[in-house]
Amino acid sequence: MSLDTLPRAARNNHRRARPPGHRWRSRFDVKAMPYALVSPYFLLFAAFGLFPLAFTLYYSLYDYDLAGTVEWTGLGNYTALLGDEDFWNAVVNTVGMFILATVPQMILALLLANALNKRLKLRLAIRMSVLLPLVTSVVAVAVVFTQLYARDWGLVNWVLSGLGVDKTNWRAERIPSWIAIATMVDWRWTGYNAIIFLAGMQTIPRDLYEAAAIDGASRRRQFWQITLPMLRPTMIFVVLNSTIGGLTLFSEPTTFYNGNVDGGSQGQFQTVAMFIVKQGFREFDYGYAAAAAWLLFLLILIGAAINFLFVRRIGGTR
Amino acid sequence: MNNFSPTLATRLMLALAVLLSAFPLYWMLVIASRTNADAVSVPPPFLPGGNLGDNIVAVLNNEDAKFLLGLTNSFIVSSIVTVSVVIISTLAGFAFANLSFKGRNLLLVLVLLTMAVPLQQMGVVPLYRLMVSLEWTGTLKAVILPYLLNGFGVFLMTQYTRQAVPMELVEAARVDGAATLRIWWNVVLPAVRPGMAVLGINTFMLMWNDFMWPLIVLTPDNPTVQIAITSLNARFSTNYTLIFAGTALSIIPLIAVFVAFGRQIVGGLMEGAVKA
Repeated sequence: MSLDTLPRAARNNHRRARPPGHRWRSRFDVKAMPYALVSPYFLLFAAFGLFPLAFTLYYSLYDYDLAGTVEWTGLGNYTALLGDEDFWNAVVNTVGMFILATVPQMILALLLANALNKRLKLRLAIRMSVLLPLVTSVVAVAVVFTQLYARDWGLVNWVLSGLGVDKTNWRAERIPSWIAIATMVDWRWTGYNAIIFLAGMQTIPRDLYEAAAIDGASRRRQFWQITLPMLRPTMIFVVLNSTIGGLTLFSEPTTFYNGNVDGGSQGQFQTVAMFIVKQGFREFDYGYAAAAAWLLFLLILIGAAINFLFVRRIGGTR
Repeated sequence: MNNFSPTLATRLMLALAVLLSAFPLYWMLVIASRTNADAVSVPPPFLPGGNLGDNIVAVLNNEDAKFLLGLTNSFIVSSIVTVSVVIISTLAGFAFANLSFKGRNLLLVLVLLTMAVPLQQMGVVPLYRLMVSLEWTGTLKAVILPYLLNGFGVFLMTQYTRQAVPMELVEAARVDGAATLRIWWNVVLPAVRPGMAVLGINTFMLMWNDFMWPLIVLTPDNPTVQIAITSLNARFSTNYTLIFAGTALSIIPLIAVFVAFGRQIVGGLMEGAVKA
């Protein structure tokens, strides 16, 4: 680079003027200091990231029981999990709530982002308002929604009965409980995802739209043919993020049952993350919980792969 | 018609989105400021009442709830973690963005990979066992330690530093005889302050909100604020005004941060998303 020439000349002058001891020190500084700067991260990661990951694998191969005896079981925990109805129940619940929450959330976030991308007055105020849910605490929100979904005096049932729908016991039945929890998730994350989509939309050159408009493309057509395909990288980011978040869901369903990880009287909304905590810290079967954690990771990988392939097709030329 | 001028439908949709975003928080205020009889009446009350002060005092004075302790604990935990994450991330971000060393790209890829693993769920069993053997369960140390680092923070600060601190600036400082740490302090930190603010706010909110790990590793007699709400909820499950007053108290720090830094939060999010 041409900018370099002047400083380099100046640096050489300086070097000549410095005492000899200084030279060794600055050499050390240039060579070793970068490693010193990144080492706090990697040391802590080794202790609180790598170590737990490795040990989760190790624990998953042992059988712990309440009395404290420990026995090698090999893949026994994994085969037991695959035959465990409660585990499959948690998997179905997690995937069910994930789909129920994510599909409307992505559509709404896209529509909202498209709306936010117009020339608006009060632009910052509107953006901040839709982001407000993210800034409030998850547990607080879940507490409020739980009250809104109360059977006898909850606002949701009151509004629905005004529309002629019978009272629903949101916490007792499976699909209603999923819907209730999905709305908590959506309320919190739709605005956030809309803001991320908006950021992606603003990198799309405006003259593309102008050219399309001259060619007579309708707004709807512009959205499908320009916005969506150009947004694909952002969408991959958002969808992968939501997949990890959705499949590790814990706070909302736990709060929906007064902080209990059973997920309702029949486990109708117990998620895999709750199952892990229950097995590990209520039943004290560390090996079983650790094996479940690895299966959860596998579930996330599968979910991420499916979503990745799905998003790649959106707006693609088929 | 221009594609960028909003239609009526767009305006209505935005108005609805703003209303829905605010409603549960408004509802929190309505119930927190009422009596318990109001909270369970049909039709539900739609306007705030006059009991907010009384209800808040009742929560804070409740011996079982330990709410004040929960607030203090959350404040301690979130502050320490925020300071640590910001320092570690700005140091590493500077090294990755402005210094050259062997293995730099490999190490950066490693940081990115760690972001993709849900460590909280994956590592929970060994971390708990570690805390048990150190006899740290029930203490704030157990909550704080696993969170002192954050891969996302390193990634964010690397991106931010790359854009905010030109190599020429670092070179020039070196020519003037400044050692690496001095450059970090005098040249880099002032330039990346906005990035630090975004990361700091993010980290603080994340920690304030953390629920699963404190639920496992703490006991209700030394809670964070989220655990305090949960035990309020479990113990007084019919006393909505008490629970809602506590819930409202628990989000005041977050709302305060949002009011003060809302513009930066929106801006930082949008910038981060485009670069990711």
